[in-house]
Amino acid sequence: MAGFVLRRMLLVLPSLFGLLVVTFLLIRTIPADPAVALAGDNATPAQIAAIRESYGLDQPLPVQFLRYLRGVARLDFGESQYSGRPVALDIAQRLPATLELTFAALVIAIGLGIPLGVVAAMHHNRWPDFLLRIGSVAGIAVAAFWLAIMLQMLFAMKLGWLPLRGQLSAGLTPPAGPTGFLLTDCLLAGRFDLFLDAARHLVLPAVTLSLGGLATITRFTRAGVLDTLQKDFVTYERAVGFPRGRLIWVYVLRNSVVATVTQIGLLFGGLMAGAVVVESIYDWPGIGSYTVQAILTADSKVMLAVTLLIGLIYAAVNILTDVVHALIDPRLRESR
Amino acid sequence: MAVPVLAVEGLRLAIRGDEGEARILDHVSFSVAQGEILGIVGESGCGKSTLIRAILGILPRGARIGAGEIRFEGENLLAFSEAELDRTVRGSRISFIPQDPYLALNPLFTVGAQLLESMRRHLPGTPREHREQLTKILRRVQLPDAELALDRYPHQFSGGQRQRLLIAAALACRPKLVIADEPTTALDVTTQQQILVLLRELVDDMGLSMLFVTHDLGVVAELCDRVGVIYAGQSVENGPARHLLRAPMHPYTAALLACHPDRSDDFVGIPGSVPSPLRAPPGCRFAPRCAQAQPACTLRDPALRNAAPGHAVDCILYDAQDGGR
Ligand SMILES: Nc1ncnc2c1ncn2[C@@H]1O[C@H](COP(=O)(O)OP(=O)(O)O)[C@@H](O)[C@H]1O
Ligand SMILES: [Mg+2]
Repeated sequence: MAGFVLRRMLLVLPSLFGLLVVTFLLIRTIPADPAVALAGDNATPAQIAAIRESYGLDQPLPVQFLRYLRGVARLDFGESQYSGRPVALDIAQRLPATLELTFAALVIAIGLGIPLGVVAAMHHNRWPDFLLRIGSVAGIAVAAFWLAIMLQMLFAMKLGWLPLRGQLSAGLTPPAGPTGFLLTDCLLAGRFDLFLDAARHLVLPAVTLSLGGLATITRFTRAGVLDTLQKDFVTYERAVGFPRGRLIWVYVLRNSVVATVTQIGLLFGGLMAGAVVVESIYDWPGIGSYTVQAILTADSKVMLAVTLLIGLIYAAVNILTDVVHALIDPRLRESR
Repeated sequence: MAVPVLAVEGLRLAIRGDEGEARILDHVSFSVAQGEILGIVGESGCGKSTLIRAILGILPRGARIGAGEIRFEGENLLAFSEAELDRTVRGSRISFIPQDPYLALNPLFTVGAQLLESMRRHLPGTPREHREQLTKILRRVQLPDAELALDRYPHQFSGGQRQRLLIAAALACRPKLVIADEPTTALDVTTQQQILVLLRELVDDMGLSMLFVTHDLGVVAELCDRVGVIYAGQSVENGPARHLLRAPMHPYTAALLACHPDRSDDFVGIPGSVPSPLRAPPGCRFAPRCAQAQPACTLRDPALRNAAPGHAVDCILYDAQDGGR
């Protein structure tokens, strides 16, 4: 299994390298002359030349690329125009909030989507199936920003059950570490009051973000289970009296989630895009809202760093998807 | 006479689907006595697998049993609830050997995990004891490396080995009756031969009874004590294998024998084709293809009548013999 993971990792290296090349070329080519762009409107030719030299823009392209690689390897992306702090530091501070949010959304989507998909398949073409099918079409069709506002109006403003926005109520100070993940840190610090407050803040954004994924996972699980139920081995397992519950939830389900797992991997793209919207509406201090700021202020260094980060997350999710597939199916473990 | 292990009587079954009602079984009758192998023969699509599913109570959605009885050890299986069947019949008193060993094992679980599942449910003893019992039976069915087999996955075995695994599983729960659905069809000829020999030995050694479904008369001749012939969901002839194969009574059985490649050099087919159960002809379903058909054939209600001791046939040609009914 370790060898399998290693091979998968080697396989994504070319894609990551490609990402670095493309991003480098974009930086180099979008502004016709980066030095002129960097120097600003009223720069003298001497100032432009100085900038060209100090940024190494007078060097041949391969040398510049190596310098770029060195910068990326050191996580040196320069300073954000907006916050005036190193981009890497901003990201490190904001990433945990986004990871916590996407993780919660994913747990909701998987934890509900898979059982609902199984239930729909077990009641194929009867009312639970119809309801879930309508629900999942609606779940995919509905716009996240609209849903977010509806949920805010109902649960935060009308009923007052949950907070409207933010990660923690005003006046509360989050614990100072050690992981940067708010919920984890609250627990580690033994601050259950803070934990509860943070968890309540997480509910609406996580539910909003999970909905599209929940619908997709339900649909793919349903289709997978329906497909598996046609298999000869299910007939055999019924014929020799496998306990009904184990038959469905163990023997059938494991055969039905291959496509679902692929979808969950692909969902990550949707979750990242969704996080931009959801974080902005709920004022969630993560990468999504940070990216929106960067785009609005044309902060190219931040955009570069975020692009590379998303690429890296994609690669990691890809490896993880393959590993999960191999854990599910023994034939994949040996054939490669 | 002793109560037969399994007796099916006048079974009628239809499946309602998108295209209407498919009348798949129409008056199927036979019985399996203690210690004997009954062969059920019929062309593909004549309802053999559906018959097995009816006995085991695992019919597809939309299936309805319209008439008839299925008695197992004197009990009416049709009156059993799903839970009772699971607890006291499927995988315990009746075991099952499926048609295609390549498809019948779950590819994602070790052989041990799945074969022990049914034992754990139906047999007393610890998981360790179950493993030991199963390994012992695996040796008995001549599976190589029986000790290691349980921790391996289905794809690591050949077709013949997989069928041995499934046979071992069928025997492990010490059943009264083994139902086998064309267990050798998916295998090559040599392996097929070995499996048949093994099955005969096991039935004789363990005093089992077996319902052996096949489309192959050659297999019947080799393995079975008695035979039931089915055409398009109707029982047409039941009798001792030796008699029935040597002197078939029903025109369909005769035609089937005549076109068996082992029997004749010049291959004669039966003209026409098997009717779809959606559009089954009235009366005797073989009549449209029968050389000896009479107008009255389409008016007969299907019913087996004894034509010789232990030999029953459902055909207008033999109705006169006992005066008809
Ligand atoms: N679920 C089902 N719905 C409708 N028709 C079916 C279904 N299963 C089987 N049949 C039909 O029943 C007939 C008998 O099928 P089957 O029992 O599998 O035959 P055999 O095992 O003898 O080849 C076939 O015509 C088949 O198309
Ligand atoms: Mg069949």
